[in-house]
Amino acid sequence: MQIKTSRRTFVTALAAGGVLGGLGLWRAPVWASTDPGAPHVLAGAEFDLVIGETPVNFTGNARTAMTVNGGIPGPLLRWKEGDTVTLRVRNKLRDATSIHWHGILLPANMDGVPGLSFHGIAPDGMYVYTFKVRQSGTYWYHSHSGFQEQSGVYGPLIIDPEDPEPFTYDRDYVVMLSDWTDEDPMRIMRKLKKQSDYYNYNKRTVGDFIRDVSEKGWRATIADRKMWAEMRMNPTDLADVSGHTYTYLLNGHAPDDGWTALFRPGERIRLRFINGSAMTYFDVRIPGLKMTVVAADGQNVAPVAVDEFRIAVAETYDVIVEPSGQDAYTIFAQSMDRTGFARGTLAVREGLQAGVPAPDPRPVLSMEDMGMDHGSAHGVDHGHLAGMEHGQAASGGTGDMQSHPASEENNPLVDMQTTTPVPKLDDPGIGLRNNGRRVLTYADLRSAFEDPDGREPGRTIELHLTGHMEKFAWSFDGIKFSDAKPVVLKYGERVRIVLVNDTMMTHPIHLHGMWSDLEDEHGNFLVRKHTVDMPPGSRRSYRVTADALGRWAYHCHLLYHMEAGMFREIRVEE
Amino acid sequence: MIFSTYPKALALAALVGAALASAAPARAQANDGASAGMPAMDHSRMEGMDHGHTDHGQHGMGHGQHGQTHDMDHGRHNGTHAPSVESRTPIPRLTDADRKAAFLDSAGHAVHDKMINSLFLVDRLEWQDARNGSALNWDFKGWIGGDIDRLWFSSEGERLGGSLHEAEIQALWGHSISPWWDLVGGVRHDFKPGSSQTWAAFGVQGLALYNFEASAIAFVGENGQTAARLKGEYDILITNRLILQPAAEVNFFGKNDEGRGIGRGLSSTEVGIRLRYEIRREFAPYLGVTWNRVYGKTADYARDHGESRGDTRFVVGVRMWF
Repeated sequence: MQIKTSRRTFVTALAAGGVLGGLGLWRAPVWASTDPGAPHVLAGAEFDLVIGETPVNFTGNARTAMTVNGGIPGPLLRWKEGDTVTLRVRNKLRDATSIHWHGILLPANMDGVPGLSFHGIAPDGMYVYTFKVRQSGTYWYHSHSGFQEQSGVYGPLIIDPEDPEPFTYDRDYVVMLSDWTDEDPMRIMRKLKKQSDYYNYNKRTVGDFIRDVSEKGWRATIADRKMWAEMRMNPTDLADVSGHTYTYLLNGHAPDDGWTALFRPGERIRLRFINGSAMTYFDVRIPGLKMTVVAADGQNVAPVAVDEFRIAVAETYDVIVEPSGQDAYTIFAQSMDRTGFARGTLAVREGLQAGVPAPDPRPVLSMEDMGMDHGSAHGVDHGHLAGMEHGQAASGGTGDMQSHPASEENNPLVDMQTTTPVPKLDDPGIGLRNNGRRVLTYADLRSAFEDPDGREPGRTIELHLTGHMEKFAWSFDGIKFSDAKPVVLKYGERVRIVLVNDTMMTHPIHLHGMWSDLEDEHGNFLVRKHTVDMPPGSRRSYRVTADALGRWAYHCHLLYHMEAGMFREIRVEE
Repeated sequence: MIFSTYPKALALAALVGAALASAAPARAQANDGASAGMPAMDHSRMEGMDHGHTDHGQHGMGHGQHGQTHDMDHGRHNGTHAPSVESRTPIPRLTDADRKAAFLDSAGHAVHDKMINSLFLVDRLEWQDARNGSALNWDFKGWIGGDIDRLWFSSEGERLGGSLHEAEIQALWGHSISPWWDLVGGVRHDFKPGSSQTWAAFGVQGLALYNFEASAIAFVGENGQTAARLKGEYDILITNRLILQPAAEVNFFGKNDEGRGIGRGLSSTEVGIRLRYEIRREFAPYLGVTWNRVYGKTADYARDHGESRGDTRFVVGVRMWF
């Protein structure tokens, strides 16, 4: 997906994309597999999209995917800030469908969530989305109906800015990461409900026990196993759905197929990373190259040079690289649980490849990861707590325990509560600490603009991410979406949302229609995002300006968590 | 009342059940030294927590890496800019068009959080090399329902020497009372041994520890008989596919039932160890050994019939689920 940035080239590409779309060339199956790197761009202000079924073969097995204009990913849509865009979306599926424009500010009836924004698009039906584009940057779009996103209904979205960007580059590529399965997503959901660790083949074994005993001794090993056993949890539980069923894709290419982007030595290349996965976090690096992060979730940030970044599901990062000295570099995106990777190549010509690194060792969760205090058992029993007060702060704990909503108490759907969560903004994350590479953290991200609102939030809404691993039930505050009342905001108000992760999983939390302005530990504005990653044991806060009237979705962007109930309606009322 | 007439067996069942249940809340461990103490997850212990916002003002956490401040006190906020009253980015004045676009008249979005799920598990379907001929033994179980309420069904039995020796089915309603424990109640029907009989059943089942499933169920029969059954099984991962499963079952009865060869008190135990290989999660052949033993009056009845007190059997079978 190379697009030169000069205006003239861009206009040409725009015209070509329009023609391609008009001719209905989208019927070709999986665009990317026949012509590596070829863009499938639709640009302009008017778009025709068709959601239908398309035969695909990512694994050696023929399958039927659900696609936008016949491709996985769907076509790259290129809008211009300030334009009013019109998108006619037709449904050729047997079920109702929808398209949600992820991270885009728009009227509620254009947001594409069936039952909240509109009634969905019936089979053989059409919905015309039309709205003014009020932002720029790298985004994506996907179906918000059932499991269609897992089946292939997603694609990249770029909005070119009205004003010049604060960085320059010679080439521009989208790198869209995703996870493909040959299984029916509904079947995956049913399997997880029957056996939630179905896809985890990396659980600790007798062999690991013996190794731990020899390394750490009997006492520590037994204590460790006892803790996990009593929690009924598994420290290797990093992804509910793994490489056991997933094939990880980069721009629609499986790892052994491979996607290639061309460069000339010395050029500055903009790579727009989009995580369009249903369930997979990726750790991304390009061995041999520094990546300068210039935007997060479409919003420009103060440039920061890193070797690696973790991209949560639904996040986007724009980076600039300057390849020179090698003819080929590997874009390596390993899944967080290390059960597979997506791969692409930056090369001076077609056909070149660079070495592919081995996946890093599989991380194992610790109690500290989960916000469980260590070093002493304080904070457990109230007898102890009373006697402790703040005196022990120096010994390593805060001495304060996280409080929890009453709805979590005696709730069979809440299998864990964190006791000492921290923001973890400067934590590279599970499996990325001390790996010898400079890894991006949220603390590195600074929006390239000051807090666009500036008001102190008038109130705080605290929500806890909750779940039950064994039952594969997910919720906020222990209440599943179907049983929950909407969260009501007043139009125009500024609120602070505090999230506390009471689970052992990592959750990317996405608010529709409005920005999430992430704060640092001191309440200072850090970075504007549409999706905020919440690792286990974390407590993070962000501000929201309720400047969009209507009913909005607010949910974990892990598809199966969302469908299991980790979802809320946020209602902005007058 | 049956309870007062036959207190011993039930009391024992209740005792073991309670012991299992009390293992449920993870306990605080005051581990000294470096090993981590796991804070209790038991919700009941959270009661009386201060729900007011605590002051997380201290810096310099012992772990070095993460300094933290949760400043929930708006008054003391120390942002870089003085708080303003109006948003810097003007918030548009609403128009009727905005209002019209905003609120869809709909019941709302639907996700799959009320899905009815089910599991049908053939936990054991095995051939046993018994003392007096070979036996076919089965233990099926499953559930259908949501996350909190489920209909549990099960069947177990044995064909020995070509004829049906034992066979029962159960249908129990289960309701989760904690993250790990379900109260169950329903009916059990025995086809064998002897003439058929029906029981009321109630008890608890759940996950006593990770990979350790346990149940304690009491039965009251139509003829005044009472019984209790404790079961537990634990998965030990030799590898992620080769799994060793020790399992135990203990049966108690309230009174003698000579016709069925059942004696009062501790009646029988069945201990087994099975090694399965999960070709797929859903399909695992296995090999194993079981030790069956009868006690007390039950053993006396067995002896009267020329049967032995105990029997060691090699087993070959398959575990499947759908």
